[in-house]
Amino acid sequence: MAIDMELESVLRAPEVPQAKYPPKVITLANGKKMVVREASREDVPTLLNAVRPTVSIERDYYDIVGARLYAELLGWYRYRVRNEYCLVGQVDGFLVGIVNGRMMNEKVGISLHTLAIDRGLRVGSHLFASKMEHHIETLGNEEVWIVAESPIGFRRWMIEYGLELMPTVQHELGGATAYRLTKKLYYDTKARLVVGERPVPKKLLDEAMAEIKIADEKTIAEKIAGVKGR
Amino acid sequence: MREVAIIGAGMIPFGRRDQDTLLDMLAYASLKALDDAGLGDKSVDAVYVANMGAGMLQHQTAIASALVDRLSLLPAAADAIENGPASGASAIKNGLLAVASGYYNLVLVAGGEKMREVTGWKATDFVATMTHPEVEYPYGITLPGMAGMFTRLYMEKYGVTREQLVDVAIKNQKMGALNPYAHVEMAITKEGIMDSRDAVVNNPVAADPLHLYDLCPVSDGAAAVILCPLDLAKKIAPKTPVLVAGFGQATDTHTLQERDDPTELKAVQLAAQQAFERAKLKPADMDVAELHDAFTILEIAESEQVGFFKKGEGGKAASAGKTGLGGQIPINMSGGLKARGHPVGATGVAQVVEVVFQLRHELEKNRQVKDAKNGFTINFGGFGNNVVAFVLRRVEA
Repeated sequence: MAIDMELESVLRAPEVPQAKYPPKVITLANGKKMVVREASREDVPTLLNAVRPTVSIERDYYDIVGARLYAELLGWYRYRVRNEYCLVGQVDGFLVGIVNGRMMNEKVGISLHTLAIDRGLRVGSHLFASKMEHHIETLGNEEVWIVAESPIGFRRWMIEYGLELMPTVQHELGGATAYRLTKKLYYDTKARLVVGERPVPKKLLDEAMAEIKIADEKTIAEKIAGVKGR
Repeated sequence: MREVAIIGAGMIPFGRRDQDTLLDMLAYASLKALDDAGLGDKSVDAVYVANMGAGMLQHQTAIASALVDRLSLLPAAADAIENGPASGASAIKNGLLAVASGYYNLVLVAGGEKMREVTGWKATDFVATMTHPEVEYPYGITLPGMAGMFTRLYMEKYGVTREQLVDVAIKNQKMGALNPYAHVEMAITKEGIMDSRDAVVNNPVAADPLHLYDLCPVSDGAAAVILCPLDLAKKIAPKTPVLVAGFGQATDTHTLQERDDPTELKAVQLAAQQAFERAKLKPADMDVAELHDAFTILEIAESEQVGFFKKGEGGKAASAGKTGLGGQIPINMSGGLKARGHPVGATGVAQVVEVVFQLRHELEKNRQVKDAKNGFTINFGGFGNNVVAFVLRRVEA
C-alpha cells in the first residue's frame, strides 16, 4: 500500500516517548516458563494472525475482545492510536497471550484488552498483572482505568484487585462501567497478584525475541473453545 | 438373588460441552454403552438416569423418560435418580437391585450433568443446596468451604501436609493428561503450584488450607453402563463381563457439626465394609480404585477410611507413590474427579466405567493396571452423608 508521508504527518497520532517494559519470566502451573515482554510495532502482523481466529469465537466473549484487540493492534501498527503498547506472553517461543493498553497522559493509563490463547494456566491473570505493573512501575502512571467485557475479566480484575468504581467516568472503550486501579491498590495487591523474575535467562529471552511463533487457526480455536477449553 | 454383571460401558469426554444439551450427552454415552454391550437394536427393560441439577440448571425434569424416547427404547421403564453427587452410583445400585431381583434382565444406567451452562458461582451454589437448609446453607457454606475446614482438622489430627495434598493433585492431573475422557488434560508440577514464587498466582488459596489445584473442576459430561444377569452376560457379552461383586451404601448426619468426630467419614467406612463383605473380598484384594476426590484431601481420607491404609498413613502413602500406577493400590488412574472432572450426576457412573475398562484390560499401558482383577469405587454424596461403594470383579472366561 502506497503511503503519502505528507498526509501521514497530519493523520498520525502524536506520541510521547514511553519507557520499555523490562521482560520477565513466570513459571506456570505446568512448570513451563512464560516470557513476558513488550512486542514491537513490527510484530503486529504476526499478532494479528493469532488474534484473527478469535473474532468468530463466541465463548467467553472472545469475539468482542478479539475484534477490538485486532482493531487496536492495527491502529497501533498504522500509527492511529496514541501511546499504545502491547505485551506478549510466550512459552517455547509460542504466543500464549496478549495484553495491550496505552497512556492517556502521564497520570492516567488506559487498560485496553487481555486475551489468553492457552487457557487454564492463569496466563490472562499473569499478563493483566504485568500490564498493571507496566503502567504503575514502568510508565509511572498514578492510576489505570479499566473495564471488563467478559465475566471472566470481571472476576479477575474487578474482584481480585478490588478495583475502585468510577461511576462518572466513561472509559474510551465505551459506556461500560469503568473502574480504576490506583497506585495504592496496586501496591496493596502486588504481593499476591504480580509475580515473575528478572532478568530473564539469556537463552529464554533470545528464543522469545527471535520469533513470535503462533499455532494454526484450528489449534487456537480448539485451545480457546474446544471441549477441553477452560 | 441373581449375580449381576456389567456388559457395556461408555462415556464421552468430560469438559465444557457448550454445543450439547444434557440429553445429547446422556444419549451419546448411552449409545456407546449399548454398542459396547453389542445390543444392536435390542431394547432394554429399564433405564435409570442419574442427575442432580437438571431441574435447577436446565429447568428440565423427568429426564429418564425423555432419554428413553430419545433413544427409541420405548416402552422401557424409566426412573430418574437424584442423590446429590452420589446420584451416579445410586442409579447403578438401583439397576443392580432390579436385575438381581429378577424383575429386569437388561438395564441401562446413565449419569449426566451439564454444569458449565452457568457461572462458577452459580454452579457452586447449586451444589451447596445439598447442605442443611436451616443451619448451613443460609450462612453461606459451600462444599469447598466444608472441605477446607475438614482439611484443617485432618492436618491437625493426622499430620497431613500441604505437600501430600500437592502430590495427590500432581498424580491425578498426570493421569488425567493421559485419559482422553478427562476434562483437564494438563500435567502440573510441584514447582509450578507450590515451590516457585509464581505459585501464589498459579495456585491461589481457594478455601484455606485448600488451594485451586486441590479442587475438582466444574464439568459437563455423561457416562453409562449396561447391566444384566451374569448367566445372560456369559452368553451375549461381546467383551469380558465385569461382575458387580458387592455394593454398599450408608448415610451420615446431614450437618457436619453433629458428628462425634468430623474427620471420621463413617458412611464411607460402612459402605466400603458392606461392599467388601458382599464380595467376600478385602481391601488388600483390590487391584485398582476410583475414589471420590472432589478435593485432594478426600482421596487421602477415603483411602484410609475404606481400609487401604491406616488412619494417618494415606497422605504418606500418596507421597511415597503407593497410590500411583505400579504402586500398592493405584488410585484414580482416570485422573479422578480432580482431572477427569466432576459433572455431579455422571461421576458415580464414570468411576464404574473406568474400573470396567481397567478390569477388561483395554486401556493404554500408561494407565492400565497390569492384570487387574478386582476394582473398587466410592461415590461420595453431600459431605459424606450419602456414600455408595462397589467392588467389581473381572469374570474370567
